[in-house]
Amino acid sequence: MALSGMRGLSVFISDIRNCQNKEQERLRVDKELGNIRTRFKNEKGLTPYEKKKYVWKMLYIYMLGYDVDFGHMEAVSLISAPKYPEKQVGYIVTSCLLNENYDFLRMAINTVRNDIIGRNETFQCLALTMVGNIGGKEFAESLAPDVQKLLISSSCRPLVRKKAALCLLRLYRKNPDVVNVDGWSDRMSQLLDERDLGVLTSVMSLFVALVSNHTEAYWNCLPKCVKILERLARNQDILQEYTYYGIPSPWLQVKTMRALQYFPTVEDPSTRRALFEVLQRILMGTDVVKNVNKNNASHAVLFEALALVMHLDAEKEMMSQCVALLGKFIAVREPNIRYLGLENMTRMLLVTDVQDIIKRHQAQIITSLKDPDISIRRRALDLLYGMCDVTNAKDIVEELLQYLSTADFAMREELALKAAILAEKFAPDLSWYVDVILQLIDKAGDFVSDDIWYRVVQFVTNNEDLQPYAAAKAREYLDKPALHETMVKVSAYILGEYSHLLARRPSCSPKEIFAIINEKLPTVSMPTVAILLSTYAKILMHTQPPDPELQEQIWAIFKKYESYIDVEIQQRAVEYFALSRKGAALMDVLAEMPKFPERQSALLKKAEDAEVDTAEQSAIKLRSQQQTSNALVVTDQRPVNGSLPVNQLGLVRMPSQNMEASSHDQGLTKENGTVSTVDPASTQSADILGDLLGPLAIEGPPAAAVSAEQNMVPGLEATPDAAGALALATVGDQSNSVQPIVNIAERFHALCLKDSGVLYEDPYIQIGIKAEWRAHHGRLVLFLGNKNTSPLMSVRALILPPTHLKMELSLVPETIPPRAQVQCPLEVMNLRASRDVAVLDFSYKFGTAMASVKLRLPAVLNKFLQPISLPAEEFFLQWKALSGPPLKLQEVVRGVKPMSLPEMANLFASLHLGVTPALDTNPNNLVACTTFYSESTRAMLCLIRVETDPSDRTQLRITIASGDPTLTFELKEFIKEYLIMMPASTPAAAAAAPAPAAAPLQPQSPITPAGYNDPGAMLAGLL
Amino acid sequence: MGIRFILLVNKQGQTRLAQYYEYLTLEERRALEGEIVRKCLARTDQQCSFVEHRNYKIVYRRYASLFFLVGVDNDENELAILEFIHLLVETMDRHFGNVCELDIMFHLEKAHFMLEEMVMNGCIVETSKTNILAPIQLMDKAS
Repeated sequence: MALSGMRGLSVFISDIRNCQNKEQERLRVDKELGNIRTRFKNEKGLTPYEKKKYVWKMLYIYMLGYDVDFGHMEAVSLISAPKYPEKQVGYIVTSCLLNENYDFLRMAINTVRNDIIGRNETFQCLALTMVGNIGGKEFAESLAPDVQKLLISSSCRPLVRKKAALCLLRLYRKNPDVVNVDGWSDRMSQLLDERDLGVLTSVMSLFVALVSNHTEAYWNCLPKCVKILERLARNQDILQEYTYYGIPSPWLQVKTMRALQYFPTVEDPSTRRALFEVLQRILMGTDVVKNVNKNNASHAVLFEALALVMHLDAEKEMMSQCVALLGKFIAVREPNIRYLGLENMTRMLLVTDVQDIIKRHQAQIITSLKDPDISIRRRALDLLYGMCDVTNAKDIVEELLQYLSTADFAMREELALKAAILAEKFAPDLSWYVDVILQLIDKAGDFVSDDIWYRVVQFVTNNEDLQPYAAAKAREYLDKPALHETMVKVSAYILGEYSHLLARRPSCSPKEIFAIINEKLPTVSMPTVAILLSTYAKILMHTQPPDPELQEQIWAIFKKYESYIDVEIQQRAVEYFALSRKGAALMDVLAEMPKFPERQSALLKKAEDAEVDTAEQSAIKLRSQQQTSNALVVTDQRPVNGSLPVNQLGLVRMPSQNMEASSHDQGLTKENGTVSTVDPASTQSADILGDLLGPLAIEGPPAAAVSAEQNMVPGLEATPDAAGALALATVGDQSNSVQPIVNIAERFHALCLKDSGVLYEDPYIQIGIKAEWRAHHGRLVLFLGNKNTSPLMSVRALILPPTHLKMELSLVPETIPPRAQVQCPLEVMNLRASRDVAVLDFSYKFGTAMASVKLRLPAVLNKFLQPISLPAEEFFLQWKALSGPPLKLQEVVRGVKPMSLPEMANLFASLHLGVTPALDTNPNNLVACTTFYSESTRAMLCLIRVETDPSDRTQLRITIASGDPTLTFELKEFIKEYLIMMPASTPAAAAAAPAPAAAPLQPQSPITPAGYNDPGAMLAGLL
Repeated sequence: MGIRFILLVNKQGQTRLAQYYEYLTLEERRALEGEIVRKCLARTDQQCSFVEHRNYKIVYRRYASLFFLVGVDNDENELAILEFIHLLVETMDRHFGNVCELDIMFHLEKAHFMLEEMVMNGCIVETSKTNILAPIQLMDKAS
């Protein structure tokens, strides 16, 4: 036995076991580490056996939670040991102690590769497992072909192939390019014919990863998955070894059904029938049995089948069957089944039409809210929150309120927030809403965030009918002993504003109100004192005619606080005192708070994990899409004339007018003084075209067009006005005569993510682009290819750079000979961060056809990014150093195109954002680093963090930090554009779309509310 | 991704086996282990086998003095993982015969070998006990 051979290790483990306390353990561990360190220093004297022993000790120590910061090299070196026992230890310990970022791991690539391509099966398995567990990008690049070969090899035994499958999965995650989608769909389909269930289990995991990224590519595999499921469900050709308590591999069944959930539908009728037959059998045929393991395994399969049925949008009958099953589950004794019943019922809420059936189980779900198990209570809360609507809001919210006083502390904040949101969303009347919030504050004040009481104040302020009611309620609460401070705040605020509405009620005179509020003054904290002072001032103002006695009392308090240590309170006291002596002036200053503008509830924003109801969600989506299309400025309106004013000198002042015009309505002005050199040869053609000036209707609004025209008057004067309106009309017509044969928008977006390809093509010309980027410089080459046997004439290319780019285009010949290709280099320099896009204004004549097109050039923000990977310490250091706006901006993005994390990582990689895996402990988050280059910023580090919500892929929160506020903002918006809508799906932009991406820039520097203690300011800032 | 980590912890909260399928720093591991062990060990037999913690779901099972804790993604099939734990225990049982905490403690390397045959990169590789144990038996025979 391996360990009995390692006596030293056994002794060490017993020593540790015998330690009386943590301190002794630490001493023993330190001693051992010292020992190992000395032995390793003198490496020559170590036999492989000794090395192996020490390496195991290190692993043991590491497992206990002690840092082992040396000896990694020794562990890795064992990989190249010739004998199996040492090699095995090397591989296993390496995968436990190291991660892909270790340099020595890279050094071992060759040894690992030799083991993988070698003849020794056991060595192959070891190497594949290690790479499968911790292999990084370099491994993906150098090993993927070998691993693929093993997976599909017919001579390889299952034990190697199953490891190869999962190893490939890892490499694919590190670099998706290692699996070529086209070639793999057939290969995958063949792999799914596998008979060996071990190999099939691994292959299915690989398949799930592949299909989750490219569903369309793997349609051919769908019937295969159904076949596998049938085979398992019918127990055909299943080895005894692969049945678990009589159930054919429940794990493979589950995985297969998971894979099927990545296909949007099953269209083929016979496949669909077969699948539903299996599902029906699982749904109906799963009985509760005595044996726990068998019961669990069969229910694992059942729950996955339920999920698949929900996904497939089965007939209503089958859905009701599912809900009925879940209804049964949530009432059983077995806690696991109860938990899963609730969890799956929550998922079921997404299915249309079944909400009403779910509502029938409301009573049982409410019972689960009192379950002894917090896991179950949480599920019940989630479900209640999800199923709440106008019909049951009153019941559900009241249940939540009741539960609040007994709920675990861990749950109260969430509970309070959810109750508040539901009350607001579904309130049958506003007074009920006020009741609920006040009860919330009363019962769980500590767990009620400020947002909640701000929100109720906002409602009361905006609804006059509500004000007397709210004031009366607030007054009632003040009579209670031991009031929570939040209650003091909200009552004082409401009474300050509206207590005069209660004047005739008993014990509601200003004096009494003041007295009862003032009782709380000695016990409250400073922010509340500030609110109370405002309340007093308001009470004074409302007391007309003035009550001298009350005045004296309040003035005394103001006096007392005049020299208070807190400056905010001091200032209020001084000012209120001075103001209240002015008499009538006080009326103006302290007039009632104006209504708040309608805002989206801050609570909803806060409840990031809260499901938004579908209507609302689509509204949000719609809105964000509208924004995106604004940003891209896609217009259907073709310019009357695509030419630009060019004067005889061949030097053109860039037609910034257009840009100004198009961006005026966005509230954004920019100057554009860039000078671009134009081919002198083409000036002639420019001349010809120059007189055909027309309003360059780049973007719709007539006002903009008019201003563009006015701005261009000098240009008009500079050109001969001989060619009249006639010419303008003809050319205008002709310019429409050539249609592109590629989707220009799609081309542009593709080129934003890669550096060479076709930018534009029509029957006569093809324009290709090849780009190289270095820091803030770029060199693009335009390839203008004449596709015909006659020359292209009057060729003209003009660059319209945005202000942040300096661009210089070399000579463009006026004529492109038949079948010839012309290369025109274009130098680009990036001055600063911006999402604006440069435009190439291109025109030519072919026979009588005149073509003119404006093409966006892919010199976009991400081209000046270079992904980097930072070690964790460095990252966190920088992350902390860049604190808060405007250097660090955060935003919740909704209406995100749903994508899995690997998909998002791919997207980021293509945007040159270096995703650093595992930096964020939360697996749903993504962290990326990149360097941005521009003349003004030089190399600047940008840090990106995306927090996703696995239960709702349409929203996420993004945080961007860099040392430059503009960069931070621009990068955030840039990434958002990609997240919200993948540009490839942009409706085909018209050929004329010039789109200098005039972004709806609003200087969004989130303002920290000034005077944080002032409730008014706070409300304004936070709601 | 599936399985994020597998932990074996005894009643006193001492770690007996730890295998992570995503990289966490030592501090993160220590904090995570402390938190989930505290949460899970406090639960009774009448409570369900699932605990939500941060973004993980912990599926756990207790065998005498030893707790098997498996951290998975939120959308993982919980019962399948629960039975996978039992499969691991049955496999250990077949090898050691009435496996107990000490077996795992003093045969750390074997426990690792078994796990390595069963899970790779967070995915299940093999569920046949014979296949899982084959390499270990081969090695035992050799020595």
